[in-house]
Amino acid sequence: MKRTIIATVNNTSGVMNRITGLFARRHFNIESITVGMTENPSVSRMTFVVNVDDQRGLDQVIKQLNKQVDVLKVRDITDDAIVARELALIKVVAAPQHRGEISALAEPFRASIVDVGRESVTLQVTGDQQKVEALIDLLKPYGIKELARTGITAFKRGTKKSVFESPKYSIIN
Amino acid sequence: MSPKLKKADGRELKTENQEMTGSSMLIQALAREKVDVIFGYPGGAILPTYDEIYRTGIRHILARHEQGAIHAAEGYARVSGKPGVCVVTSGPGATNVVTGIADAMIDSLPMVVITGQVATSVIGTDAFQEADVVGVTMPITKHNFQVRDVEELPRIIKEAFHIATTGRPGPVLIDLPKDVSTASGFFNYDQDVDLPGYQPTVTPNKHQIKKLVEAVTKADKPVILAGAGVLHSGAAKELLDYVEQQKIPVSSTLLGLGAFPGNHELSLGMAGMHGTYTSNMALHETDLLISIGARFDDRVTGNLKHFAPRAKIAHIDIDPAEIGKNIETSIPVVGDAKEALRMLFEAKGTPCDCTQWKEQLNEWKQENPLWYKEEGNSLKPQRLIEMIYEETKGEAVVTTDVGQHQMWAAQYYKFDKPNCWVTSGGLGTMGFGFPSAIGAQFAEPDKQVVAVLGDAGFQMTAQEMSILQELNLPVKIILVNNASLGMVRQWQQLFYEERYSNSLFPIQPDFVKMAEAYNIKGWKIEDPNEMQGALKEALNYEGPVLMDCRVHKDENVYPMIAPGKGHHEMEGVKP
Ligand SMILES: Cc1ncc(C[n+]2csc(CCOP(=O)(O)OP(=O)(O)O)c2C)c(N)n1
Repeated sequence: MKRTIIATVNNTSGVMNRITGLFARRHFNIESITVGMTENPSVSRMTFVVNVDDQRGLDQVIKQLNKQVDVLKVRDITDDAIVARELALIKVVAAPQHRGEISALAEPFRASIVDVGRESVTLQVTGDQQKVEALIDLLKPYGIKELARTGITAFKRGTKKSVFESPKYSIIN
Repeated sequence: MSPKLKKADGRELKTENQEMTGSSMLIQALAREKVDVIFGYPGGAILPTYDEIYRTGIRHILARHEQGAIHAAEGYARVSGKPGVCVVTSGPGATNVVTGIADAMIDSLPMVVITGQVATSVIGTDAFQEADVVGVTMPITKHNFQVRDVEELPRIIKEAFHIATTGRPGPVLIDLPKDVSTASGFFNYDQDVDLPGYQPTVTPNKHQIKKLVEAVTKADKPVILAGAGVLHSGAAKELLDYVEQQKIPVSSTLLGLGAFPGNHELSLGMAGMHGTYTSNMALHETDLLISIGARFDDRVTGNLKHFAPRAKIAHIDIDPAEIGKNIETSIPVVGDAKEALRMLFEAKGTPCDCTQWKEQLNEWKQENPLWYKEEGNSLKPQRLIEMIYEETKGEAVVTTDVGQHQMWAAQYYKFDKPNCWVTSGGLGTMGFGFPSAIGAQFAEPDKQVVAVLGDAGFQMTAQEMSILQELNLPVKIILVNNASLGMVRQWQQLFYEERYSNSLFPIQPDFVKMAEAYNIKGWKIEDPNEMQGALKEALNYEGPVLMDCRVHKDENVYPMIAPGKGHHEMEGVKP
């Protein structure tokens, strides 16, 4: 099963290495990882999409992540109301007579043409994974020359609390 | 106590907030952490620190190979419960300790390893003696650091000791670039450790404890599986109290030996590949298995498909990630073993009525004990270990290497007391046994330390005899010499149709002469009738001793669960 997990981590050098190394050596199957700074510059947020066999596999992923000293908080948000976005750049073969068609295809996806070459155009699309995949599918018949996807980045919708809220060790709690 | 082992003292402690160099900070911090011995080996990148060691006179033991230093630090940590400290230089010095770090990680030993590093200005340029030690050790440390700024050093050292010794213990590495160790900054050590991402759960959940208490009452065939976690949390007494209150039989993992007295009537002995028939059958038949500080290693469980098929499983562990990792658990208890056992004891649950179960276990014990054939004129390794137990009255600290002798030591030395057993369990590191005995002797200067070693494993770190010679450390080396890589030979005999590929030694060094070269008293023993007398003499001898015991060559370790088999499928059980 595919799960979306977010983690907040210390923004120190080597953290990405720690996390990806952990996935590799524990034989966890990852589909994507994205990482970037949060509103607090000493904290980064990571979004993982993992493929696990069962609940136990999922528990292990979360527990092993939690064990890392630099990991502040881990949460499986798959079943929550979330905002999840991916960015894809798609370079498609496009003879001049096809460009109008491609542009028309892109429109309902709110994709935009960001580069035009002699035989190709490059589209940029953002959205959830299904949307990105749907567009790629539609573009395939034209011939995709290059494709770059970021993997999704996500968080929960509309909650007020920040993910690195009150640390649980506080005596006041 | 050997005079050379007296606690180091008289070190000058500078006051807080003084300006000093990085290496001076390091030594000051080690003093604050009450580190009384460092094991290590110098080199270019760590020279400023060694200069500081020279100036302050902090006790440092010079190994003859970095692997010797790190295993000695492990032996020290295992026996004392305090963090073992190891200091080495960059590049080759650091890569030489990798095996020991991995060993400490998998066996959960508290360790702080300090590696020199090339100057920050040349990191990443493949400078002389540069290796990416932080990268290399990331998967085999509990955590690691590279110090980039001297001002961070006190905080990092403090965090390193905190992480190494709390929660599930483990090795922490500090990579110290040379220029950071010579730069100056203010030493401020009285700060609180602030690690929001690291908050081990010590006190177990009351509700889970209650569930466990109820499960014990209902069980007909309960068994406790005691692991090294009991020893690490110093919970041997709590375990004994709880077991005597509830009368639950105890099986032990290899590393958990001594957590519960081996001679107690409720002790079933070791479980697993070379465990006792009783322990393994108990695991197979039990309806409630309570694992305490054990991680269900495959050497303990055998084939998971057949593991404890009838049991409800309760798992007490300080590391939440261990719970459910290999085995599905119905009563997970995250917390310190000592706390958990205290809570269980205080709950005063109704002990289960399991007379029949105990009768069954006793019957197995009587009918299928560990066994070996006495054979005329050759020295039996099992008998050798029994004799060591008899002669030391079970009071010695025993360290071993890896192989057959290790399993015989685990089987035939009845571990009655905690923290007297030092062995490489998880990684199975040959070369561990001898240097770890040196570290153990530093942790327990007044105790008899006996290193039971294979002839092959000893040769991996034999150079550390220099330390024995130099300090007249009274470590007793007992070589269980079968002129082969015994355990490898056994597997080749059983599973590779006796094709003994590279496992037999047609020629061996003269171990007695080797000992003598280091000014260590050496004996060779072949005659079983001489063994006891020689052992007595060796144990009473004031300095270090090496006994080269020529044992029966084709002896195998039994009983055994062959790879892929379950606990109920043991071979070589007493007929
Ligand atoms: C560093 C290392 N290399 C290889 C092995 C594989 N191994 C396990 S036991 C063994 C043989 C050990 O022989 P010896 O030290 O003589 O002990 P014995 O089994 O004969 O008691 C070997 C090679 C290991 N455990 N560690």
